[in-house]
Amino acid sequence: MDDVATSAAPRTPGLGVARRLGTGVLVLAALVGLWEGYKWLWQTAGWKWPFAVDDVTMPHLYKVVEAFWQPTTTGGPPLIRSLLDATWFTGKEALAGFLLGALIGFLIAVVLSQSRFLERGLVPYIVASQTVPILAIAPMVVVGLGSKGVAGWKAVAVLAAYLTFFPVAINTLRGLHSVDPRALQLMHSYAASRWRVLWQLRVPASVPYIFTALKISATASVIGAIIGEAPASIQNGLGGAIVNFNQYYSLEPTFLWATNVVCAALGIVFFVAVALTERLVLRGAPENIA
Amino acid sequence: MTRKHWVVGLLTLACIGTAIGAVAASAAPKQQKLTNVTLQLKWVTQAQFAGYYAALEKGYYKDAGLNVNIKIGGPSITPELVVKGKQADFGIDWLPNLFATREQKSGLVSVAQVFARSGMTELTWKKSDITSIAKMRGKKVGVWCCGNQPELFAALTKNGIDPAKASDVTIVNQPFDMSLFLKNQVDAAAAMTYNELAQVLETKDPATGKLYQQSDLNIFKMASPQVGTGMLEDNVFVRGDWLKNAANQATTVKFLKASFQGWIYCRDHQADCVNITLKHGSLLGKGHQTWQMNEINKLIWPNASGIGQVPASEVNKTATIAKTYGVIKKLPTGATNYTYAGQALSQLKAAGVDVNGSKWKPATVKLTEGGK
Repeated sequence: MDDVATSAAPRTPGLGVARRLGTGVLVLAALVGLWEGYKWLWQTAGWKWPFAVDDVTMPHLYKVVEAFWQPTTTGGPPLIRSLLDATWFTGKEALAGFLLGALIGFLIAVVLSQSRFLERGLVPYIVASQTVPILAIAPMVVVGLGSKGVAGWKAVAVLAAYLTFFPVAINTLRGLHSVDPRALQLMHSYAASRWRVLWQLRVPASVPYIFTALKISATASVIGAIIGEAPASIQNGLGGAIVNFNQYYSLEPTFLWATNVVCAALGIVFFVAVALTERLVLRGAPENIA
Repeated sequence: MTRKHWVVGLLTLACIGTAIGAVAASAAPKQQKLTNVTLQLKWVTQAQFAGYYAALEKGYYKDAGLNVNIKIGGPSITPELVVKGKQADFGIDWLPNLFATREQKSGLVSVAQVFARSGMTELTWKKSDITSIAKMRGKKVGVWCCGNQPELFAALTKNGIDPAKASDVTIVNQPFDMSLFLKNQVDAAAAMTYNELAQVLETKDPATGKLYQQSDLNIFKMASPQVGTGMLEDNVFVRGDWLKNAANQATTVKFLKASFQGWIYCRDHQADCVNITLKHGSLLGKGHQTWQMNEINKLIWPNASGIGQVPASEVNKTATIAKTYGVIKKLPTGATNYTYAGQALSQLKAAGVDVNGSKWKPATVKLTEGGK
């Protein structure tokens, strides 16, 4: 995640693509070195603290990469094929949840920004909603929507939305309040309506805040989708793959690690997609950059 | 869209609708209406549930007039709660867990006992000195949490070891995979014959570079006469109030009959059922599932009472063990009702189907590394 964050928002605008790529490779190499170094040192020295290491707990990274090309069953397709299918499935849930959550979060923020009373009354409950563990909510959502005949993956999308809406709502609300008071006074002196102030002043000012929230939400929606699959009895996604490979971990630890890599990659794709959109949108309106 | 476009659009839709209707009607003129039924499994897709998948694939459910939706289980799913919450009509779980939920007023009733004997074992290494349950005194003994301990606890108690006393034995909460045992972090580990035992035998012994053999292990089967504390496992259950309805009773007979047909098919066509399982669980290893299918058949067949039924004495034995180890507070009454399983069996017997499997012989499955 770290290397993506730095390469997506470089400090020096003149940094060449090659150099940025170089940094990414360097960071990746350092992480690989850390993993393999720890493994080698602890295994050779036989250290047991903080945790003992062997090929099951920490398989060689090249073995994890190799695992992608191994079939999970005799004569079956390679793991990567199955995982891509699962990624497509989970990605669909996460994307639907992300869009739904972002929309709901934005609408909540707009409504709350219009009334101090509502904001003071409701924000604590919005915060409280996130302190309830998603694992406790998941079965309720799945069962509740299931009894209405809603397909399992849509219930999972709702769970993803549940994780998505919060950062968007809170950050957008802050953004809507972040308006320059002088600009607000100017609008008032023109007798601008509430609606106009909202759309022409508050919303544009909140755009950078919204994108910050969307970047957090993007990865959260993927996590929500993966976690939500288990209580929804869904086996076709990455959550199902994790449960399966967890069960057979001692036989083939690399499959679970490979699945984790794919899960992370899906989160990164979501993050990068939002970051790129942010650039496109904010480039068009540089005055909006806070 | 203008008004004209709307009209054209609607007309087109109407035409397509009529056409589809006509095609459907001509293709299946006597299509009977299927009853929708949902089955909640105890765990994710594996050969443990092959009979139900076979009934689905071979069309037994459809022939019985049922449209069955099979929902997989998982770490965060309790089948009893799913059925009680009306999210599924039929559920599969171990019998003692059903007893336990009945004490919470779940009102669930077991309508068929598919597995006639326990598949649980406790493993120790042959090279260790633990050659009997009694020798587990003072050792680190692994077992799964949450309702899966009673069989082992009963076995320990029978041998004078109190599982609640740390001075007698150290009970270790075992995860779902066998790493602890393979790394010698526990002296004994729980293993189902059809799953975890095979996981050990699919692992290479680092000392020899060859797969572990059964001869490397002491396998204490709970169902064996030496241990003698086996409990009944996978049963099919429904809601008691749901079963009062005559239409649901008929559905239950149909569902059980078709499911039994599925299991009978898997008894006679093991390899085919492995493929059916793999079709529904694309990430599973074929070797491991072949072993599992064979072991599951051993838990079902032979059955002198006919598949789906066990003598009342077996149910009572499970209940007594469950009560002794605090799974339930008092012995259950009315928890099982095999009336409909009996009707399903009569229908199958009348059709000349072998429901006892007395001549069935298990296969010898050769395991490979990683169970692929």
